[in-house]
Amino acid sequence: MAETPRQIAVLALAAALFVALPAIAAATARPDLITLGSQIAIMAIAVAGLDLLMGRTGLPSFGHAAWLGLGGYTVAILATHAAQGSLPPWVTQAWFAWPAAIVIPAVLALAIGALCLRTTGISFIMITLAFAQMFFFLFIALKAYGGDDGLSMRRRNALPFIAPRDDVAFFYVCLAALALVLFGLRRLAASRFGTVLDGIRQNERRMAAIGLATFRYKLAAFVLSAAIAGLAGALHVNLFRFASPDLLHWTMSGELMVMVVLGGLGSLWGPVFGAAAMVLLHAFLAQWTEHWQIVLGPILIAAVLLARRGLWGAVGGRRRGASGGRA
Amino acid sequence: MTLLLEQLLNGLQLGVMLFLMAAGLTLVFGVMGLINLAHGSLYMIGAYAAAWVQQRTGSFLAGIAAGLAAAAVLGMALEAAILRRLYAREHLDQVLATFGVILFCNEAVAMLFGRQPLMAGPPPWLSGFVEIVPGVPYPAYRLAIIATGLAVAAGLYGLITHTRIGMRLRAGATHRDLLGALGVRVGVLFTMVFGLGAMLAGLAGALTGPLLSVQIGMGERILITTFVVIVIGGLGSVRGALAGSLLVGMVDTLTRAYLPTTLRAVLPASDADALGAGLSSMAIFILMAAVLLWRPRGLFPAHG
Repeated sequence: MAETPRQIAVLALAAALFVALPAIAAATARPDLITLGSQIAIMAIAVAGLDLLMGRTGLPSFGHAAWLGLGGYTVAILATHAAQGSLPPWVTQAWFAWPAAIVIPAVLALAIGALCLRTTGISFIMITLAFAQMFFFLFIALKAYGGDDGLSMRRRNALPFIAPRDDVAFFYVCLAALALVLFGLRRLAASRFGTVLDGIRQNERRMAAIGLATFRYKLAAFVLSAAIAGLAGALHVNLFRFASPDLLHWTMSGELMVMVVLGGLGSLWGPVFGAAAMVLLHAFLAQWTEHWQIVLGPILIAAVLLARRGLWGAVGGRRRGASGGRA
Repeated sequence: MTLLLEQLLNGLQLGVMLFLMAAGLTLVFGVMGLINLAHGSLYMIGAYAAAWVQQRTGSFLAGIAAGLAAAAVLGMALEAAILRRLYAREHLDQVLATFGVILFCNEAVAMLFGRQPLMAGPPPWLSGFVEIVPGVPYPAYRLAIIATGLAVAAGLYGLITHTRIGMRLRAGATHRDLLGALGVRVGVLFTMVFGLGAMLAGLAGALTGPLLSVQIGMGERILITTFVVIVIGGLGSVRGALAGSLLVGMVDTLTRAYLPTTLRAVLPASDADALGAGLSSMAIFILMAAVLLWRPRGLFPAHG
């Protein structure tokens, strides 16, 4: 897991940029930059979780939006019930709502992952997509929770010492969550568990032959990655105070996959850059033309056909193999 | 009883429609090993081209022909320009690149035709009702779709099992390199297969136009249902695609028709309708999960 000097420099620069973002936003009188930064941090969390599955374990899930959406809807639904008085007000406290938004997707992912992992390859891609669509249709049909229109929450989940309307503070919360997730994933990559996942990606049959129950490891990775996405979903809904069915839509799953590949498959830090590139591209293109997807589409195709190692690999310079693309 | 017969026919109609989509998708996967998300875009293009030409010329058959042609031409162009480079790549790359194609196609259609849905009705000579059994009128147009779909299925069966092209298709699915070594121009064969699949998708789109509104996003909706069909039927198997399509068509139609009314017996009406709508849109996914528990490779796995 050795980064090249250039990669370390870029990482330090990115970290400094993130930390200084509120100051930059204040200096340039662009408060929207804070929202953009929070969005990048939140997406990076989800993408880092998906990369654990796609890049490290070699399981391309096309249904990750389901976990993002379930995490998001969990906090929004808790807030709705608390506002109606059918649940006690403390369920909107972050200490309760956020762990709930992590646990609920994780539990569902345990059941659905056990089913999906019975298949491999292309069937796995299709079945994860289909299950995610199932949740999408379910939430569209649930009129009690907004249906098509989505579900708004009046205020963010309460955190100790932080004013709920303070966007800068919330940005730092997202940043701290991202740092925590990346730190955890880095520890995991170096652990026995991470090594086994690497082995499964490279040659699952061999891992089974040396006596490892590969199914359990794959399922654990699936659940962990869903849990991380759940956290990202909760933060996303907190950022906009709105849970939209778009969070569950299959295009979100597609975009998450694109961000993983754009950043560099299995690269741990890559997701941050993939997420940043995608969020900024969105913001930039949408400002420029209403039909921004007509530009985004070809960019994606070109990225897949030409840039095999992703942004993080490109930053690393001319090194392929052991440490360039994959840890 | 008459309602049940009607719903069974509706299920059959949805089933043959899904088969037109699934056959192309599964052929392309079986022969070239490509997973093409943009298959839904070809369906959408077929529907738009058909509706547009029908509006201009007033001729339904001209619309169908335009839909077929537009989807086939676009499909082969896509194959030659982009997808050909993806055959040897990982499925992940194929998914992402064709995802890009979808974004592009959806936005291109929005720019060309606007975001308002296009309307196209069935032609006058098919807009009446036919009494299948005395006292049960059924829309002639839907019957025509069923007949077309079954005819296409029979034609495909003949093509694959009884012609030289079909033989090469089957050979290409199992021994691609050997086929090339024997002097078959594999590249041309692949483009033809892709064109055939695209044409079937275009046909499905053109036929659907008069039933549903022609709009952006219609392709992805049916694409995902088609995935369910293919996973149930077994990847790469046309027989599996037929079985899966009919099964999914029936289950989807029947749960939508009967689940809300059944739930009304135990729940208040508004709750029953909402829950029924939610559960019936989940039904095919639950069916898929059940099939996978029983047979992880689908009902008719293609190879071995």
